[in-house]
Amino acid sequence: MIKDMTIGQYFPGKSPVHRLDARLKILLTIAFIVMLFVADDIKGLGVGIAFTFITFIISRIPLKMMFKSIRPILIIIIITAMLNLFFVHTGTPLVEWKFIKITDKGVETAVFMVVRILCLIVGTSLLTYTSSPIDLTDAIERLLSPLKKIKVPVHELAMMMTIALRFIPTLLEETDKITSAQKARGADMETGSIFKRAKALIPILIPLFVSSFRHAEELALAMECRCYHGGEGRTRMKQLHFKLIDLWGTLYLVFFFAGVIVMNKIG
Amino acid sequence: MSFIHIKGLEFSYVNEFEEPPVKNTVLKGIDLDIEKGEFVAVLGHNGSGKSTLAKCINAINLPEKGEVLVDGLDTINEENLLPIRKRVGMVFQNPDNQIVATIVEEDVAFALENLGVEPTEIRRRVDEALKTVGMYEYRMHAPHKLSGGQKQRVAIAGVIAMQPECIVLDEPTAMLDPKGRSEVMKTIKMLNKEKGVTIVLITHYMEEAAQADRVVVIDGGEKIMDNVPQKIFSQVSVMRNLGLDVPQVTEIADFLKNSGYDISNEIITEDECVDALYALLTKK
Amino acid sequence: MAIIKTENLTYVYGDGTPFRKVAVDNVDLEIENGEMVGVIGHTGSGKSTLIQHFNGLLKPTSGSVYIDGERLWDDKAKLRPVRFKVGLVFQYPEYQLFEETCYKDIAFGPKNMGLDNAEIDRRIKETARMVGIGADVLDKSPFELSGGQKRRVAIAGVMAMEPQVLILDEPASGLDPKGRDQILGLIREYHQQKKNTVLLVSHSMEDIAKHTTKILVMNKAKLFCYDDTVKVFHRAKELEEMGLAVPQITRVFNRLRSMGIQFDDDVYTTKYAKELLMRLLADK
Repeated sequence: MIKDMTIGQYFPGKSPVHRLDARLKILLTIAFIVMLFVADDIKGLGVGIAFTFITFIISRIPLKMMFKSIRPILIIIIITAMLNLFFVHTGTPLVEWKFIKITDKGVETAVFMVVRILCLIVGTSLLTYTSSPIDLTDAIERLLSPLKKIKVPVHELAMMMTIALRFIPTLLEETDKITSAQKARGADMETGSIFKRAKALIPILIPLFVSSFRHAEELALAMECRCYHGGEGRTRMKQLHFKLIDLWGTLYLVFFFAGVIVMNKIG
Repeated sequence: MSFIHIKGLEFSYVNEFEEPPVKNTVLKGIDLDIEKGEFVAVLGHNGSGKSTLAKCINAINLPEKGEVLVDGLDTINEENLLPIRKRVGMVFQNPDNQIVATIVEEDVAFALENLGVEPTEIRRRVDEALKTVGMYEYRMHAPHKLSGGQKQRVAIAGVIAMQPECIVLDEPTAMLDPKGRSEVMKTIKMLNKEKGVTIVLITHYMEEAAQADRVVVIDGGEKIMDNVPQKIFSQVSVMRNLGLDVPQVTEIADFLKNSGYDISNEIITEDECVDALYALLTKK
Repeated sequence: MAIIKTENLTYVYGDGTPFRKVAVDNVDLEIENGEMVGVIGHTGSGKSTLIQHFNGLLKPTSGSVYIDGERLWDDKAKLRPVRFKVGLVFQYPEYQLFEETCYKDIAFGPKNMGLDNAEIDRRIKETARMVGIGADVLDKSPFELSGGQKRRVAIAGVMAMEPQVLILDEPASGLDPKGRDQILGLIREYHQQKKNTVLLVSHSMEDIAKHTTKILVMNKAKLFCYDDTVKVFHRAKELEEMGLAVPQITRVFNRLRSMGIQFDDDVYTTKYAKELLMRLLADK
């Protein structure tokens, strides 16, 4: 049933990774991505792997969850590997058969690319696994707040994200209910051609649209009643403070980043 | 002057989609004064204009004719908007559509954040509001996991965090089960009795209206009755003709009185009814 | 023969996850054809889950459901015909309306059954009359109607399938007292005319007491009892302990009894209360 779906992929916990300030976590993730791309050979990447692995262990996110986030992009990983394997023709040939030519350099690049992508996915998923959606939205709003100066509606965007997060479970539940109701009226959504099935969705989509509009209208009214008037002059209950752990987190990343650079230099 | 002063209030909705636009007058000259600390129930069948009236009190709807003053502030005046909404909080029927945030305490803080209150003060008031409605233990929960009655109490907490002098509740129990309904009613009565908050309760449940100090009946956009609940519900046939109802105990008392027995028909609570029937049945 | 029969019916939500919850626990039940059954139980008691098994919307985790002697889920292809035998009207059914006109919306179910146009037309006209929707309304968009009218159209959409069993989940919720009486009245009329089995799920014990002959009580995923209305209300005390609100009038008379007033039967409708009082007063 769709209502069992989790929203975002937050996996609550109390690990040091969870406790980092969400703003810092976003910045560190960006630095981490840069780090992976700065590493230009296996040795440098080795440091990146070590960082990813250690952070993963510290975060205490179950391995199963991690596989779940890798699965959807498996196909991309395979394609990347194939492309590098077959189209990198420098280095010593290992296999040569008709038009297929695989070289040692090709194998090396393929492995390198695959490992880099895996690190990228694991590292960035750690961000979403260890921060609640609301913390992330908040963090993004605050990180982007300098953009308000150039008239980017940062507050409005963040508000929209919050409301979307708030209403996803409500709308999912409603979709469930409407689907059951139309099924009870004999709607057939399980058989027939794709075209027929798509058409069978109309009795679900229209009521869902109507109800979304109703939610929006009533919510807007309720927000107005609670003195909402945009981001101007707004304060926040939760103040984000950098703590000691955030300093440690930063140093931890800087240490590994330096490691990558050193590896690049000696390589 | 009264805390809420409504005089000659007229209001209509215009349907722009029709050609020519159709004007539907919903309120036709309402006079209503509500004093500080009162608990007023507003009754009327669907479409009688009672929800429209509620929205006039906190300047969501602006009067077409007549005036609405809240604590002396005229709703027609744009500068009064925030001061009025701070004084008059509103709770709606569907609990799902008035919770903005994804965490209970964040939602309760919403109005205070809008008003630019200091963070430490927000924290204090949010905790206090949640404790008042008995939802403090749930402060870190996701709203969609709560029961209807709990959601509605969170919505009430979000309003009382503003420390309003009055709360207008538009059918707050209509979508709840009996348990949720009694939770919400208890909270409302407690706010009125202990915190002195003025309550305007719009409802379809006669037992709820019977708990108010005063009942106003709206029909066809006009105020047709305004009295203590005993005097309102004792008019059983009038209420029925309006498409409304009376508590079961009132119906029984009224029936006995009409059958010639010595019983007051101004009975609106279970206790009153038990006592009266006992007296009647044991009288020699 | 029983029209609805369950054997050891059990349903578990989210089996194998931390959210595992037994919603229906080992329910054995037989409902005879032609009954008007009230279904009660507090929120989360499993009553909604139970009724969704009756037309094959949910598959039992274990145990079986028989409709008209036929065991569901033996052959998945036969499920749709079962949905035509057992009509299910969900809570707030008006939120499922989607067609351009009320006529087309009511036609949705019958069309899915594969009926010919003449038969569909006949059924739409018959059910529209039954729920009190005029011919002029049939050509209107359902989104233009008032809440009460929308609800009728939605109910008509299921009635037009002419199911042998009609199940309604809180058909009167959110309506004003008059709207409530009208909807429940038309359901009762439908039952009397068609002699079909009707299951009425409601939180309002007053409505259940007034309209049904049998009551099914769910408590904590288990079937608490399924018996004649009179017998179930005789256990008012147990119902109240479950958190169910018995009618006000029942509470009044139970208190009178404990105060020493003697009478035999249990009182759960105002109609009977009046008769009883007249008798008691005349005997004096």
